[in-house]
Amino acid sequence: MLRYFMKRFGMMLVAMFLIILLTFTIMHAIPGGPFTSDKKVSEEVEQALNEKYHLDKSLPEQFFQYLGGILHGDFGPSYKYTGKEVSEFISTGFPVSAKLGLITIVFVLLAAIPMGILAAVKNGKWQDMLVMGAATIGVTIPSFVIASLLIYFFAFRLNWLPTYGIDTWKGYILPIIALGGYSLSYMARLMRSSLLEVMGQDYIRTARAKGLSEPKVVWKHAMRNALIPVITVLGPTVANLMTGSFVIEKIFAIPGLGVYFVNSVSQRDYTTIMGVTIFYAAFLMAMIFIVDMFYCLIDPRIKYD
Amino acid sequence: MDAILQVDNLKTSFMTSGGEVQAVRGVSFQVKKGEILGIVGESGSGKSVTSMSILRLLADTAKIKEGAVYFENQDLTKISKRKIRAIRGEKISMIFQDPMSSLNPLIPVGKQVSEMMKEHHPEKSKEELKQNVLELFAKVRIPEPEKRYRCYPHEFSGGMRQRVMIAMALANHPELLIADEPTTALDVTIQDQILHQLRELKHEYGTSIIFITHDLGVVAELCDRVLVMYGGLIMEEAGIDDIFAHPGHPYTMGLLASIPDIEQDRSKRLQPIPGSPPDMTNPPAGCPFAPRCPYARRICREELPDFVEVGANHRSRCHLQTAGAPADEHNPFAGGKQS
Repeated sequence: MLRYFMKRFGMMLVAMFLIILLTFTIMHAIPGGPFTSDKKVSEEVEQALNEKYHLDKSLPEQFFQYLGGILHGDFGPSYKYTGKEVSEFISTGFPVSAKLGLITIVFVLLAAIPMGILAAVKNGKWQDMLVMGAATIGVTIPSFVIASLLIYFFAFRLNWLPTYGIDTWKGYILPIIALGGYSLSYMARLMRSSLLEVMGQDYIRTARAKGLSEPKVVWKHAMRNALIPVITVLGPTVANLMTGSFVIEKIFAIPGLGVYFVNSVSQRDYTTIMGVTIFYAAFLMAMIFIVDMFYCLIDPRIKYD
Repeated sequence: MDAILQVDNLKTSFMTSGGEVQAVRGVSFQVKKGEILGIVGESGSGKSVTSMSILRLLADTAKIKEGAVYFENQDLTKISKRKIRAIRGEKISMIFQDPMSSLNPLIPVGKQVSEMMKEHHPEKSKEELKQNVLELFAKVRIPEPEKRYRCYPHEFSGGMRQRVMIAMALANHPELLIADEPTTALDVTIQDQILHQLRELKHEYGTSIIFITHDLGVVAELCDRVLVMYGGLIMEEAGIDDIFAHPGHPYTMGLLASIPDIEQDRSKRLQPIPGSPPDMTNPPAGCPFAPRCPYARRICREELPDFVEVGANHRSRCHLQTAGAPADEHNPFAGGKQS
């Protein structure tokens, strides 16, 4: 078990290195730099800026300098906002995104799993059609369309909920629905198909032959087996929702990590792009790792050694 | 002997997009107390569907269209879901074909067995349940029951899993055990041990057994009586000695000719029955075996034969067995009724 952990951790480090290298290379391959602008800057000024941020050095030198900084927990200064550290963006933006994301995940799970179960148990009946119809709409309509529609009806027409901001609990409602809509639909569909497949297994027939009631068959014999695929997609979904969607954060003016990320890309703020990318990658890998550990608990056939 | 189960004119169909598949087309038989009744037939003959219909364990697409299954003065096809659940696993239990997939992979085997006792006997304490399971494991010869109790199905071999299934099926000392091809997925040596086990348990508890198989060799070893099924119908019903000594139906004769015999002259090849079973969405009007029967006449293709008593407790569904059938060289039963 310990050996597996070590191996896994080593692989994560290699993946991390490759991600950093790739992001760094791609960012620098694009023409222009953080201090290129419409306004003409004198050559001395530009040179001084490049020197200050070590942009005058060769790319490999810059890369290893940056890498060294990361190892010390230093993501470097922002190129755009003087006096701001990249880690500051993460420490202020991430908690906001994470809070919204966590609430969304809870909402998604509480809704998607019962919906999927209902659709599977009532396979082919109107309840199934209703849930699957809604879920199909949910996976096909982009989140910004859902967000715009929600704002139009609930904020503008009905005036029930605020248009933007998350200062009150009411402000969370629309972003949660817009952010979680896709995951909710996707997971409900996955739960349904997975449960349907499990219900056709021989051991479910055995459970029925024991004289168990249908609810007991579903809860005690089918659910744990059916949840395995759902848990698999839970890792990436959690990482996705918690690191912030720039679309949703932009529309609802939520000061999360996503907004910083989008701004940094358009402003060519190298260190911020790198910092946020690395943070996101590390978070995603950690989530997938946690999910893999969960398999151990749920399925005795899986042993890591 | 008293009949503990009586099946009357059972008809079961599957509703599919391709039409109604008439898997069982009117089957009647009895199971007597303490006997082992074999049901033999090839794939698609309706033998498994018949057995599943008894406890109503079929898929949602299946429907019992007609007939009755009498057990303890009630018709199992008509009673409420709650009542049939009280019978499942308590009075009638089942062993399925594939032990690899019939146990839940995420639950320890001990718990899977005790669950069945707990369901029907909620008054039993945890220790009592465990003690009972350990006794059952010992009875079906699972080595080190105490250690095995907490193991998961994937830690068992196929034969051991089937023993767990048997232990489970016997947990509540049922009146009737339905074993649907319990040895088909197993090695021959393991198969032999399992058959031995079933025979022993029958003697010990006096449990009646319906044993479904496609293997007449297994029937010879285990059963007291046998039903031969084909095309959703019973073709022949006879005691175990009669069926091998005087088969009363051309299909049974075909099945017997296709059993390998170790003492047989090796220059003689096994004789498979040519052709394939009928399409049950559109079953033939006449005898379902007629298209493959070497003795078939015109009447066989046009008219479904009724049962003819060909001996004591021996009946056959064949036109050639009727009193008026021509006794020429094309009639294997010519020269008087056999029994």
